[in-house]
Amino acid sequence: MKQLLSGNEACAIGAIRAGVRFFAGYPITPSTEIAEYLARELPRVGGTFIQMEDEIGSICCMNGATAAGVKAMTATSGPGFSLMQEGIGYSIMAELPCIIVNVMRGGPATGTPTRTSQADVMQARYGTHGDHPIVALCPWSVRECFDLTVAAVNISERLRIPVIVLMDEIVGHMREVVELPTEVEIWRPAQPKPAPEDYYHYDDRNNYDAAIASFGEGYRVHLTGLTHRKDGFPTDDPEIIKWNLDRLRNKIEQNRSWLWDIYYEDIGSETVIVCYGSAARAGMEAKRQFELKTGQRVGIVRLRMVWPFPNERLIALLRSARRVIVPEMNQGQLYREIERTVSLHVPVVSVQRYDGEMLTPEEIISHL
Amino acid sequence: MIELKDDRFLNYFRLDERFPHILCPGCGIGTTMATMVRAFLELGIKQDELCVVSGIGCSSRVPGYLDCDTFHTLHGRALPAATGVKLAKPELKVVVIGGDGDIMAIGGNHFIHAARRNLDLTVIVVNNFTYAMTGGQYSPTTPTHERAATAPFGNVERSFDVCFLARAAGAMFVARSTTFHVAHLKKMLELALKKKGFSVVEVISQCPTFYGRYQGIGDAVQMLEWLRARSIDVSKVSDPWHQKDKFVIGVLHDQQEIEPYTQLYEEVRERSRGK
Ligand SMILES: Cc1ncc(C[n+]2csc(CCOP(=O)(O)OP(=O)(O)O)c2C)c(N)n1
Ligand code: SF4
Repeated sequence: MKQLLSGNEACAIGAIRAGVRFFAGYPITPSTEIAEYLARELPRVGGTFIQMEDEIGSICCMNGATAAGVKAMTATSGPGFSLMQEGIGYSIMAELPCIIVNVMRGGPATGTPTRTSQADVMQARYGTHGDHPIVALCPWSVRECFDLTVAAVNISERLRIPVIVLMDEIVGHMREVVELPTEVEIWRPAQPKPAPEDYYHYDDRNNYDAAIASFGEGYRVHLTGLTHRKDGFPTDDPEIIKWNLDRLRNKIEQNRSWLWDIYYEDIGSETVIVCYGSAARAGMEAKRQFELKTGQRVGIVRLRMVWPFPNERLIALLRSARRVIVPEMNQGQLYREIERTVSLHVPVVSVQRYDGEMLTPEEIISHL
Repeated sequence: MIELKDDRFLNYFRLDERFPHILCPGCGIGTTMATMVRAFLELGIKQDELCVVSGIGCSSRVPGYLDCDTFHTLHGRALPAATGVKLAKPELKVVVIGGDGDIMAIGGNHFIHAARRNLDLTVIVVNNFTYAMTGGQYSPTTPTHERAATAPFGNVERSFDVCFLARAAGAMFVARSTTFHVAHLKKMLELALKKKGFSVVEVISQCPTFYGRYQGIGDAVQMLEWLRARSIDVSKVSDPWHQKDKFVIGVLHDQQEIEPYTQLYEEVRERSRGK
């Protein structure tokens, strides 16, 4: 069935199809349609929607629901995302899978609520405290809002981590006619649970995909935000502190082989545009127009997963290019990451727009 | 009466490896924890049916000694976390325990909204009138003029009455007791745990390490004496909300039960399917 949907709605639908049954949030433009859609649809599928008193409450409430065994999400924008950062740290430490959608506006502070930006790329990576990696996905279309939300749910369940979906206002509010699958692949853990006496909530395995227990199942689950032992109780034994933090890092590091998602075309060309989110729409159009006019090919690399940053893949893709152009709706947040990754091989140019308006193909063409 | 040597009582704790605990000798939090467990046993609340949630602070370390599902969350965030647990698994008994700083200061906004929502939660506020874990700074319950690590010349702020605030925000059941009145405390906890809806028990507790020292009240024994001398039963006062220099103990508010949140939300689910 073809439908006319916004990115925000497609994201909410994707969440429900992937098994999300809990939403806790606080209204903020331009993310509110996600909450409104889920307030209507979650009770219909037996799920729960709650509007909390603020974003701090929202993320903590979501962590509670996750700990009790329900797939959960929240959605917000920059200022609310800032309020959630301590709670995201908790999700990481306690290994609670959840989805945090940030429909980006310009900032800092309340910034430009009804305008667009991609200015929270670094907040997504480094917003919360302590050493830890993160996973963040960046859709560029309504269909991708659906697909990447489903992917986010699966990754978060598989690695027991919070996953961030970074949309920008343009993608969240844009409407497109799409056909969404009614069934999606849902990741399910492989191994059965051991008997309660032998159960450790955090064990030493390298694969992190065992079924885990939640509150109320008789396993006596102990969760804390403090550095803990494998049974979940706090410790300040230096060896275990290190084990704990290595574990958090290794979940991502040891899964790098599949933790990347890059779309690319014509990367043998002299010039390659590296982009993500709605800036990639301008990038694609710039490529098309330039090729029509000059007959020269332009390469494009579109990052659908911006964190963990795909260093090795990018070096492989960009090694033969003569020039890399990075258009972004911020002051060059991902440009710096790309620059330090590939500038040994190829010069990198940053194309920035941060006045709340859409980046245009012409602005990119002028750099080609 | 449950004896200390009672297996059922000891089973509730992670005696194998979590003890000795980190609380100071003579601290009232241990008394509160043991009394809470006795109330669970009295009411037949089983370890597998229970989730104890806390924030951060000395009082919030209690779940770390218990053998049931436990959830030690962020400073001030026990109530939203408990809200998520209860909404996801309404059949679980969810109990929140924390300090006056944790629940009334950083968690103050969550406290009033949780009371307003009326989920079936029991909140135990261990009030020692100070931020103990961080070294005796003043809290929202520290009386005006009293000294604290961050009030070397006396506290200039006015203080919250935990029970008054709980009642005004919509709690179904509100009671106060102290760590001196252990039998009374157990009774209050039982009533709160039995109540369907949001219930609050304020436990006035001694922190000899900081509050007792800063106010010159003295050690644990002198602080218990102070608790005894200052407490007055609610039946003996005409207005329980305006007693200066007295801890009015007993049931301060107990209203007729209304439908708890989870039941109302179940009705929402049904209505949503009809449309
Ligand atoms: C966000 C945040 N701010 C501050 C702290 C530091 N902190 C830890 S415990 C505490 C106060 C505890 O006081 P209270 O809740 O009254 O508990 P008590 O230790 O007195 O039992 C503070 C401020 C923290 N852990 N997190
Ligand atoms: S500092 Fe005070 S509240 Fe904390 S354990 Fe010691 S006596 Fe108890």
